[in-house]
Amino acid sequence: MQEQERNKRYNAYVEAKIAKTHAWPSLFNSFWVGGLICTLGQLINDLILLWFPSVSTQSAWTYTLIILIFLASLLTGIGVFDKIGAFAGTGTIVPITGFSNSIASPALEFKNEGIIFGMCAKMFIIAGPVIVSGTVASMIVGLIYLFL
Amino acid sequence: MKIRRQNQTVFFKNEPKIIGHYSIVGPKEGKGNLRKYFSEINKDDDLFGQKTYEKAERVMIERALDGAIKDSNLKYDDIRLVMAGDLLNQIISSSYAARSFDIPYVGVFGACSTMVEALALSACLVDGGHFDTIACATSSHFSTAERQFRFPLELGNQRPPTSQWTVTGAGSDIVSIKGSGPKILCATFGKVTDYGINDVNNMGAAMAPAAMNTLVTHFKDTNTSPKDYDLILTGDLGKLGSEILIDLMEDKGYKLGLNYKDCGQIIFKRNQDVLMGGSGCGCSATVFNSIIMKKLLSGEYKKVLFMATGALLSTTSSQQGDTVPGIAHAVVVEGVKNE
Amino acid sequence: MNEWYVYLIVFATGGLICFLGQILIIKTKMTSARILVTFVLLGVVLEAFGIFDPISNFCKAGINVPIIGFGASLAKGAISAVKSNGILGIFTGGLTATAGGIAAAIFFAFIFGIIFRAKTKKL
Repeated sequence: MQEQERNKRYNAYVEAKIAKTHAWPSLFNSFWVGGLICTLGQLINDLILLWFPSVSTQSAWTYTLIILIFLASLLTGIGVFDKIGAFAGTGTIVPITGFSNSIASPALEFKNEGIIFGMCAKMFIIAGPVIVSGTVASMIVGLIYLFL
Repeated sequence: MKIRRQNQTVFFKNEPKIIGHYSIVGPKEGKGNLRKYFSEINKDDDLFGQKTYEKAERVMIERALDGAIKDSNLKYDDIRLVMAGDLLNQIISSSYAARSFDIPYVGVFGACSTMVEALALSACLVDGGHFDTIACATSSHFSTAERQFRFPLELGNQRPPTSQWTVTGAGSDIVSIKGSGPKILCATFGKVTDYGINDVNNMGAAMAPAAMNTLVTHFKDTNTSPKDYDLILTGDLGKLGSEILIDLMEDKGYKLGLNYKDCGQIIFKRNQDVLMGGSGCGCSATVFNSIIMKKLLSGEYKKVLFMATGALLSTTSSQQGDTVPGIAHAVVVEGVKNE
Repeated sequence: MNEWYVYLIVFATGGLICFLGQILIIKTKMTSARILVTFVLLGVVLEAFGIFDPISNFCKAGINVPIIGFGASLAKGAISAVKSNGILGIFTGGLTATAGGIAAAIFFAFIFGIIFRAKTKKL
């Protein structure tokens, strides 16, 4: 009991002791980098529709995402993405680029443990939860719509 | 029922001495505050010519041991025991490094406190007359620690403001009953202390209570106070952790003044983007075996209290929501007297 | 339609979503994996209630490029597949709709994983 009391007090003390970081720069960076990535996506999408008028809107979006995913993987590979990410925070994580980076970075990292058990197995240590939760949630939605 | 000990400090009567030392660091540390003091800096390759970072860490320990043995002017045959530890699972860096030496080996683990743990145990064994010369070494590598405890290197995330930067480096000491060098006077073994911190990105706060515990016990056991030491050096509490330690010590009636320093805070420059400072086994090991040993040898420091702290967590324990227990061990090293 | 006006909206809304994510990280100390999961689920919920399409018509890439769009595609695929295929659609819909993105991410990660290796953060 006494220990719990002490720990509670200590945690509160530490929490107060942590220097308040200035949140505004990181919020600002995340805003403009995130905005820029989305704008780039829009530009790619518009160009695809302009150059290949036969492509449907849905397919154009898929192409756009694939190109963004490609760019993010490439930047991850050449070791630039982590620097942009450290600067922009969620500005690069929340767009599809973050999803791509979360698959590419463990692939690079665990390459040393071999292609099968290293790269292929560890590829989803971060993106796995995203795919699993998204798939399960979408199936629940599908189930609901089945009875509607 | 908890077993209580009145006395956690061991006093050495037969004067175990540190007769050789060596420190080796990577490129980032080589640009830090202590670049003039390290024995060896690998300026541009933190892979040390190896294929993986784990193998690189191994090479660092091998070179540190090699260097320390050379520094002591002894031959391999004179070393009776290698005592080493590191942060990786099953302390592979140390064990694999010891594979290339034809010397008996014991692995020790105390997380980031391993350097002092090894020094203290070696001093006990040497003082007790069981071994005459023991080589101790520890290491850590940013890239191996990062992948084991945190995220892949290339993941584009931001480091939390309370986090620390694992030092890439290894340090080694030769503890012997013969020869000359700074004497190890006594060692205080610490208790595992947990004040309920569960933020794995705030190691300083998790380890500070353990540091306080060991420090207070040490002062009581040895009947000394902070001003009796030229330097009180903690391992890797970092900026936040050392501020907390100063506060905690003040609550206990001890005032840590200008003679208190933290390895994690002095190894890097402020502009190196390390947030709270350095951490890892290599942090205390390389700082102690560079600038501190030089000043002990020159007689600038007469009495140094060297205490390294460790956070005894694993990724499994933290994923299961356990809090982070800390540990701290301390040794007192006496500088060489100049006649 | 004025093209530049659209880009401004995309920039502002996309930026705003990332901004909200950053607030979440600062306030709750969430890791990036949790942020991604949260936003994917948000996308699924928005689509399930039929709110996503109107937002998407206005924000365009501003909400389609963030991972919310990925979640919405999962749900949208599941809903439309259920409408055309019944029960089977529950299983095939979501992943079919997002197969392009997932396969691309896996494929490029594999290729670049083979070519490059992880580097220590330098500063």
